[in-house]
Amino acid sequence: MRVTEIPTKKAKHVEKFGKLVLEDGTVFEGKGFGYSTTVFGEAVFNTGMVGYTESLTDPSYSGQILTLTYPLVGNYGVPDQSEKDSDGIRKYFESDRIQARGLVVHELSLTASHWNIAMTLDEWLYNEKIPGISGIDTRALTTKLRTGGVMMAALAVSEKEIDAEDLKKKLAAAKKYNDEEFMDVVSVKEPQVYGEGKESVVIVDTGVKNAILRNVRHLGYKVIRVPWNYSIEKILSYNPKGVVISNGPGDPVKCAKTMETAKNLIEKNIPTLGICLGAQILGLAGGASTYKIKYGHRGQNKSCIDLENKKVYVTSQNHGYCINPESLKNTDFKLWFANTDDNTVEGIRHTKKKVIAVQFHPEASPGPFDCMFVFEELKKLIGEDNAKR
Amino acid sequence: MLGFGGQTALNCGVKLDEMEALKKYGVRVLGTQVSGIKATEDRQLFKDSMIECNVPVLKSKTVYNFEQAKEIANELGYPVIIRVAYTLGGKGGGVAHNEIELHEIVARGLNASLVGQVLIEEYVGHWKQIEYEVMADYDGNNVIICNMENVLSMRVHTGDNIVVAPSQTLNNYEYQMLRSAALRAAKHVGIVGECNIQFALDMDSDKYVAIEMNPRLSRSSALASKATGYPIAYMAAKIGMGYKLPELANRITKTTTACFEPSLDYIVCKHPRWDFGKFELANRNLGPTMKSVGEVMAVGRCFEESLQKAIRMLEIGNDGLVANRKADETYDIEDLENKLQKADDKILYHVAAALRQGIAVERIYKLSAIDPWFIEKIQNIVAKEKSLKEEKLDKKLLREAKVFGFSDKQIGRLAGKDDMEIRKMRKENGITPVVKRIDTLAAEWPAQTNYLYLTYGGTANDFEVASSSEKIAVLGAGPYRIGSSVEFDWGTVNMVWGLKENGVKEVSVINCNPETVSTDYDICDRLYFEELTLERVLDIAEFENLTGIVTAVGGQTANNLTPKLAKNGIKIIGTSFEDIDRAENRSNFSKVLDDLHIRQPPWQAFAKLADAKKFALSVGYPVLVRPSYVLSGAAMKVVWSEEQLKKYLDEATNVSPDYPVVITKFMLNSLEAEVDGVSDGKNVVIGAVIEHIEGAGVHSGDSMMCIPPWSLSNKVIETILDYTNKIASAFQIKGPFNLQFLINSDQVYVIELNIRASRSMPFVSKFVRMNLINLAARAVLGRPLPHVPKDRWRKIHSYGVKVPQFSFMQLEGADIILGVEMQSTGEAACFGESFYDALAKGLMSSGFALPKEGSVLITAGGSENKEKLLQTALLLKSLGYKILATEHTAEFLSDKRIGDVEVVYKISEPQRKPNIADLLYERKIDFIINVPSTSTLEKYVGMLYDEYQIRRKAVELGVPVLITTELADSFAKTLEWLRHNETTKKPLESYEKIE
Repeated sequence: MRVTEIPTKKAKHVEKFGKLVLEDGTVFEGKGFGYSTTVFGEAVFNTGMVGYTESLTDPSYSGQILTLTYPLVGNYGVPDQSEKDSDGIRKYFESDRIQARGLVVHELSLTASHWNIAMTLDEWLYNEKIPGISGIDTRALTTKLRTGGVMMAALAVSEKEIDAEDLKKKLAAAKKYNDEEFMDVVSVKEPQVYGEGKESVVIVDTGVKNAILRNVRHLGYKVIRVPWNYSIEKILSYNPKGVVISNGPGDPVKCAKTMETAKNLIEKNIPTLGICLGAQILGLAGGASTYKIKYGHRGQNKSCIDLENKKVYVTSQNHGYCINPESLKNTDFKLWFANTDDNTVEGIRHTKKKVIAVQFHPEASPGPFDCMFVFEELKKLIGEDNAKR
Repeated sequence: MLGFGGQTALNCGVKLDEMEALKKYGVRVLGTQVSGIKATEDRQLFKDSMIECNVPVLKSKTVYNFEQAKEIANELGYPVIIRVAYTLGGKGGGVAHNEIELHEIVARGLNASLVGQVLIEEYVGHWKQIEYEVMADYDGNNVIICNMENVLSMRVHTGDNIVVAPSQTLNNYEYQMLRSAALRAAKHVGIVGECNIQFALDMDSDKYVAIEMNPRLSRSSALASKATGYPIAYMAAKIGMGYKLPELANRITKTTTACFEPSLDYIVCKHPRWDFGKFELANRNLGPTMKSVGEVMAVGRCFEESLQKAIRMLEIGNDGLVANRKADETYDIEDLENKLQKADDKILYHVAAALRQGIAVERIYKLSAIDPWFIEKIQNIVAKEKSLKEEKLDKKLLREAKVFGFSDKQIGRLAGKDDMEIRKMRKENGITPVVKRIDTLAAEWPAQTNYLYLTYGGTANDFEVASSSEKIAVLGAGPYRIGSSVEFDWGTVNMVWGLKENGVKEVSVINCNPETVSTDYDICDRLYFEELTLERVLDIAEFENLTGIVTAVGGQTANNLTPKLAKNGIKIIGTSFEDIDRAENRSNFSKVLDDLHIRQPPWQAFAKLADAKKFALSVGYPVLVRPSYVLSGAAMKVVWSEEQLKKYLDEATNVSPDYPVVITKFMLNSLEAEVDGVSDGKNVVIGAVIEHIEGAGVHSGDSMMCIPPWSLSNKVIETILDYTNKIASAFQIKGPFNLQFLINSDQVYVIELNIRASRSMPFVSKFVRMNLINLAARAVLGRPLPHVPKDRWRKIHSYGVKVPQFSFMQLEGADIILGVEMQSTGEAACFGESFYDALAKGLMSSGFALPKEGSVLITAGGSENKEKLLQTALLLKSLGYKILATEHTAEFLSDKRIGDVEVVYKISEPQRKPNIADLLYERKIDFIINVPSTSTLEKYVGMLYDEYQIRRKAVELGVPVLITTELADSFAKTLEWLRHNETTKKPLESYEKIE
């Protein structure tokens, strides 16, 4: 009987001092791990039970300190970062680096084991200069964020004792999440091309996850990833069959240039799919409005109903902003998906143009694969478009 | 609805469909259709369907005989696993490493299968065993409720595995890959409602295969329900009726949808409970056949905590994985390595021992196929054990130990302190557990229910108990085991309802068995899914500021906590602790009986072996031995010799060190009767007098019993009723009680009083249509009971028979001879218009085939038994059954002029034909009457290995074996009755309101 080895690795950058201070003055004491530094960001929680490598590298977490509600984290370590697929897209990660500012967990597994482990979670955080804290009552923290709403937080990890009062002062002076600009940080500077294909799809990178690139590639298109502020002319110069406006961090109203592009895409009736932030941008471009929800939707178990056929799907979500459903009345968008728990807008479809958008993450990673059909919808729109020409 | 009654109901439904009975009566199957059931139950159909929906499966082939099996096994290469179609709990399956093992398992399997087929399959014992629970509706909406990972990999049946939820060693991709496969598979076979699907996942790549699917509610789905807070059965029923998943609301938040996937923020650990100790010859190794009799579920915020909690919940005398009362055994490395390779019920202790001896994690993994992650966690426990032993116990270390799930007892033992000292030290340092909710969505939405657990993995309680009203907690019964099963869960639930009916404002339940109704969070106001240990119950009592605790309905577990709770200032609701104590202490109890002029068999309590020996000799062996304070036959034993007595006493001191041992004269040839009743201290409500069908000596839990008594005289019954009244008043019983009697030569002797709910109470309550526990709820609250005529039960003109259910088949090697230790794992109760009507139904329900014709093998030890069986043999003969007998029995029967008795030869003499073994395999024996000369004597003296072989083979081949003369007689008369009668079919009548 074949019993091979399972590589096992021990945590190295642990047992440091760690403190988490919330805007409302709450202090959580824990053990620091990863990199010793102090960061400030919006404290949010995600209820997924797997997928910390994917979540941490999701650019939508820029500017945020991520709390995982699942208490045991780091069990399977971190896979090899250098592994790429045939298109040159990283195999196991959603971007080139950790995007969240900090990580808050109940228990960091001090040993990790998995057949494809390359390093432990703390080691990865250390390498990427990201602080983490363990030993936190994450359920108490989550309840606080649920009732009080997401708020700014400071996370300090140090080799020395940390002064909470000092941390509070620094937090008060820190730049607020809502005031930050993320686009230049998360977007590519120059266009990038992935794969071959007769037909191309342009992905407007407002903080795109690799899984979106992978899924569009799977449809058979050559993928051209362009900066968030690329003009419509430049985009059309690639003669794309379709366009995807990606996910990303922050308030959609700050992406004025992408919104301009979106308006043009709608007007020109280019087959377009918006995902998450991209959906909000398309909504805004079509005349709808957006707002910030109290504590966001972050998890892998969020049910959305497809209002066209009444089917319900379990989706992966990560968003703090939403399209205002009332505001859709004045637009040519109709509601496509709604969240079954709180009726928030989870997808819209243009009634006249080939434009669709979803608030959830059809590309999963992390999360369930159930909504991959959304990419097929884009392909369908492109097919209709091709047929017409 | 076919998916709610386990494999038995599912098989029954399929059969009804095949007989076209459903069609004939125009009955629709709700939920998963029969075609879908078949696509998962029939091994080959299952594999075909999986391949159709792009879910990989193991290479295998269905076979119908040994020759085919051999061919396939050679093709696949050994080891191979043999799986049996249409059975419970992997019954009859096994792993064969060679042709000899293959022969044995295939023969057994073909017989166990309803359709005579087994599957020979590649064996992937070292792969991970991962399960998913799927919910799906008619519209194709489907979700995963829970995934689970088996710590002991594919090697061990999930029912015998230590299981965690959610999975711990899978990354996102693996988790989602299997999730999608589960949904695809469920959709493809047409699951509507719930199903469980099991995968094997390579530990070395993302290669996986689907192993099997259960298109019904299963033990795993019950576990998944409790692990997540998602009421799977409830939702599946609604779906069966046509509701769509999104139309149903989450029962915990009441606002969000049920069409979602629970997110946990804790780790659940399920641990099986085995009772190998009750079966002397049973093989303890774990494998593809399930052997456990029950399970517990522990909830914690880290694996170490969950695991150690689970071990305590098992109530096997261990306080955790390490630092137990019994010193850890030491093994040499070679021995340990063997033990790691062949998992038995002590496997995790062996892992801990291996770590202590410095065997590398890697090596342990290779031998045991336990994922290194779990071994590393066990290492954490072992390391903490070392620190506690070697370092000074300070606040930091104490907290760390508590976070890893160490109990105060373990810590105390390691640090050389008393557990109460540790408790005190903890509280002084503010180290107390916090109360958290299980809410299906990791606190993302507010929960409207109180489904709770305690943990040291946190700093804040989820809520505080604010009210100052009357707060009562009811202790449940812990894991199902031999001697404590669903009866006590029935008691717990009915007590909760009764207390609520009687106006108690807040009732909580403390229990840890995921198979029960009492652990449904909507039964009570607050459910603590927790250990039934003194430490934890006190934690809860302090958090709740309880008025008092009911310990009378949770069986032995709860009852054993009574004195400890009382000593810690907790009020016992119901019969006072002092009165319970008087009854439990054998000397005090006996004195009261003497004062009441009530007879009891001669007995004496002993702390010294020499005195015990002297007494046993003076009253004569056999004697009944038990610790003076452990109830319900636990560790009770009939001993037949001085040597056994010595051995027993050595063991008994381990069972209950604080109390001496009681030795009672064992009265052979007695009848046994019981009374279940309720008292308010003055007024006694008699449930019924029950008579055992087997003679005294067979444990009351293993005995068939009957209401009304079938052989007792009126005078004896009157005496029993009179004694019952006197005893209930003397002990000021306020609540349920059970009294046991021996009847010898028309003299009534009291043998045992249990001031608590008994195993037979639901049976009695259902028979007399009077809910005894509901009445008990009034009594424990100190309210007067209504007047119920003491002969109410005698006015019911029907018969009730309770028949035990045994699981010897699964317990490889176990003997089926009954003794004073209880061995049955379940029971069936049947009602009928006559004794034989009820008995016929009872026998059928518990798996006895009642052959209309055929052959019976009779083999009896001792002339007394042979005499007793004579009438039975004559009756069977007159009914046209062919009689086979072993030499001596045949000789005896011929002497008594029973003609045509065919002589057959013992299994141990295979060269002599006709041989019993051949006849059994050829199905030429329809049932067996095998009565050893006295029910236990020779078994213990080791004379009856040959008879053991007959019984064992018969059990493995599914041939009924009758092992007492009483049972043989009843069985024959039932066969006779069935010649001229049909069993009645009537619904159970509901309880009457007793005012």
